[in-house]
Amino acid sequence: MNSIPPKYPLKFFRWFCNPEFTEDIEGDLLERFEKRKEKGKPAKWLLTTDVLRLFRPGIIRNFEGTKKLNYYGMLKHNLKIGYRTLLRKKTHSLINIGGLALGLSIAILISLWVHDELIFNTYHENYEDVAQVLQKQTINGSIGVQSSIPYPLGDELRNKYGSDFKHVVMSSWFGDYVLSHGETVVSQRGGFMEHGTPQMLSLKMLKGARDVLNDPSSILLSQSLAKAIFGNDDPIGKLLLIYNEAEVIVRGVYEDLPRNSRFYNIQFIATWELYVSSQEWIQIARDQKDWDNNSFQLFAQIEENSIMEAVSEKIKMVKFDNVGEDERVHKPEIFLNPMKDWHLRSNWENGEREGGPITYVWLFGTIGVFVLLLACINFMNLSTAHSMGRAKEVGIRKSIGSLRRQLIAQFLTESILVASIAFVVAIVIVTAVLPEFNLLADKEMVLPFESVYFWMTGIAFILFTGLLAGSYPAIYLSSFRPVAVLKGTFKTGLSASVLRKGLVIFQFTVSVILIVSTLVVREQISFTSNRPTGYDLESTIMVEMQTQQHYDAYNIIKDELSKSQVVLETAISSSPLNQVWNVRDGFTWEGMDPDFTPFFPVMWISHNYGKTVSWNIIQGRDFSRSFPTDSTALIINETAISYMNLKEPIGKTIRWGSRDFKIIGVIADILRESPFSPVRPTIYSIDPHSMSNFILLKLNPEIPIAQAASTIEEVFIKHVPGSPFEFDFASEKHARKFRGIKRIGNLSTIFAILAILISCLGLLGLASFMAEQRTKEIGIRKVLGASIQSLWRLLSKEFVLLVSVSCVIALPIAFFALKGWLQNYEYRTDLHWWIFLYAGLGALLITLLTVSFRSIKAAVANPVDALRSE
Amino acid sequence: MGKHHLGEFEEVVMLTVAILTNDAYGFSIIEEMEKRLNRKVSIGALQTVLRRLEKKGYLNSELGESTSVRGGKRKRFFTLTSSGKKVLEETKEQRMGLWSAVPEFVFGK
Repeated sequence: MNSIPPKYPLKFFRWFCNPEFTEDIEGDLLERFEKRKEKGKPAKWLLTTDVLRLFRPGIIRNFEGTKKLNYYGMLKHNLKIGYRTLLRKKTHSLINIGGLALGLSIAILISLWVHDELIFNTYHENYEDVAQVLQKQTINGSIGVQSSIPYPLGDELRNKYGSDFKHVVMSSWFGDYVLSHGETVVSQRGGFMEHGTPQMLSLKMLKGARDVLNDPSSILLSQSLAKAIFGNDDPIGKLLLIYNEAEVIVRGVYEDLPRNSRFYNIQFIATWELYVSSQEWIQIARDQKDWDNNSFQLFAQIEENSIMEAVSEKIKMVKFDNVGEDERVHKPEIFLNPMKDWHLRSNWENGEREGGPITYVWLFGTIGVFVLLLACINFMNLSTAHSMGRAKEVGIRKSIGSLRRQLIAQFLTESILVASIAFVVAIVIVTAVLPEFNLLADKEMVLPFESVYFWMTGIAFILFTGLLAGSYPAIYLSSFRPVAVLKGTFKTGLSASVLRKGLVIFQFTVSVILIVSTLVVREQISFTSNRPTGYDLESTIMVEMQTQQHYDAYNIIKDELSKSQVVLETAISSSPLNQVWNVRDGFTWEGMDPDFTPFFPVMWISHNYGKTVSWNIIQGRDFSRSFPTDSTALIINETAISYMNLKEPIGKTIRWGSRDFKIIGVIADILRESPFSPVRPTIYSIDPHSMSNFILLKLNPEIPIAQAASTIEEVFIKHVPGSPFEFDFASEKHARKFRGIKRIGNLSTIFAILAILISCLGLLGLASFMAEQRTKEIGIRKVLGASIQSLWRLLSKEFVLLVSVSCVIALPIAFFALKGWLQNYEYRTDLHWWIFLYAGLGALLITLLTVSFRSIKAAVANPVDALRSE
Repeated sequence: MGKHHLGEFEEVVMLTVAILTNDAYGFSIIEEMEKRLNRKVSIGALQTVLRRLEKKGYLNSELGESTSVRGGKRKRFFTLTSSGKKVLEETKEQRMGLWSAVPEFVFGK
């Protein structure tokens, strides 16, 4: 009965026991079982207790197992080795991670920026189907594209092509309007648009409904404007006054439009009908079906199954077919500009689409990739440079059976580990600098931490960087032959050092190009900023005449201000100082080429305009009240003389429409429009019947601006009580024209600095590696009497040479690229030779400083230390 | 002292291995200990100690030939290593030192 050993305890034992011990312990168990059986003891029972008492640490098998179903163990090992390598070479790791983190931060910032540019206007749900209706006209042989269209175009599209359009919406220009509710008066940007607008733009209504603009007295307010006027009260159904005259009722509140929408900052939408009824000239345009008065905007949403290009082609001739012979010579062509192209591709060159900010998306995208590449190159360079240190490791691993594939996996794991750490650092950096970057880029970007795409992109970034940076070292290091390495006959190959040099040259080529670009952009900014404006920019301020009261009270205001001594001169004008609002044709003069259709910006002004803005008369005289005939006099600018091909301009007669005007003076050009374009030939004429829109004031320079402003405000509030007092400095408006280019300047400065910084980090790493490698050599040289200078020269020479080569490559590339960029600006600086000299010398100097930092340390080291260490 | 400290059970096991010289394997050690010291020893306790001593480098082990007894399972023979011998001697000297330091009258001779 007790003859056979019990099955289950033994099975259990075999299961839990460490396989190394199973055999002999089982033997002991069986032997003891036999012995006990002979003695007549309960052997089975005793064996079972023995087995249970064997169930203890030390005997139980390792349950991580010896056979693995995955590579978890290897991965763990690789990570551990990677981590240890990082800790062992602290400077090296710091340079690596720091450089990569900087590169990644730039890449992340640029990606955010590019993404924000690409999703411009996508807030509007009908993004794919919305378009603005534009027209092309041929004038003096060149095709111009304009967004201003005639009144009847809207009705024509609706009536004849209605099946293609879901919404056709006429719109005013967007501008500042005075809104008041009881005591609250605000001046806010808004527009007058037809009733399909809220649906077309998919406004998110917080209160009220979208389809309320059928009622002419409706108005929709943005969330923030509603809050500004009504606080926490319910705005729906409340009354507002526009321009102090028209009464409107709030019918809805929409969510504020985001910054990356074309309609950003449109704080209210009032009805088109209200706009028409408020202005007589619009009613005339409507009633006479005036196809010549291009003064409106038109937006449209096509039907879902219509194709944008096809509809655009269909409506091409709609204006041409409706106008007379005199307009047909301009070949007016109507077309649709789809919403997806509004922001990025709306520059026009002779009627053809000529890019736009998309250029900068590409440019900055490329820079981002390059900066990331520079950081990856650092990683590659340092890894291959330090490969001697790991050659033994590779040799041993190979000898004990590592496959090349596994070694590659090991080094890639290491580089991905570094990239991951760098990514975390980069996220911290980006979070810290994003507010500043937003200011610089004029955006409101945030890191979308809650978005899955963001994290997926992040992981893609890590993998991309890790694989890119790690691929070459992995392939290179894993190619070592174990015999050579372990015997000690191994030398890091020539090919590696050639590649390293090539990469350094590449890094500095990119850096030098960025330095030159930065210098040129800055030069262009300062060149155009210093361009003479032809009038007194600093002491002139402008007040827009927003209501009828402004016109009525103008003379009183003028008298009071001049009495107060705060204002030296007061004038009115049809256009603001820094813009041209009116361009006219229909001029003829004696000796004019009959095929020539002259266009002139026209400024209607009051008599003392010249004194107010301090223009420079170079021929003839200013307007004066003592000459009653000045109502038919003109003053032209210098450019106009050559445009009109006049030899003796003063006293010449110009026919304009049905009246004759006499030129009485010529002034030096006044810079009103883009500081990057030439000044257009301009005509100044005395304002015959309230064409004016602005009051211009010349401030007394002896009175502090704050005091002057408060005095002026008092006078305005007294006489124009219904409107908030707002004014603009001419200098501020002028400075605003440089915003775009300044943004480019600032961004390129940052990129250049970072590119140089990353390249220098890499250089520093290489230099210290070189110095380490040559410790013995330097020691021997010193013992034999080499001076510190000669050692310093020895160690720095190679790098200076490499950077010189980069300069030779970079400077011509930069020259041609920037020449192309400057072509965008008609008024531009020359590409001075000294910019290239400075950039080249600057790069060399930075290189020398970086390398010297390490090479001098090596050169002054005590040779005893170098030679003693073995 | 210090890291060469042996526990009482460890010392006994090592001495038994020394006694059995070339025939020290799991079950023979147990038998020898039960015979000489008259105490019960479980396989579990013994095996744990044997592995531990092996890890410390005091014992060596080697599998023997397969025989027809005990189900054909091989025996694992343990032998003392030189450091094992050294640590046993040290332990012995310490004990002797202690014994000799005890005043004679304590045991009343």
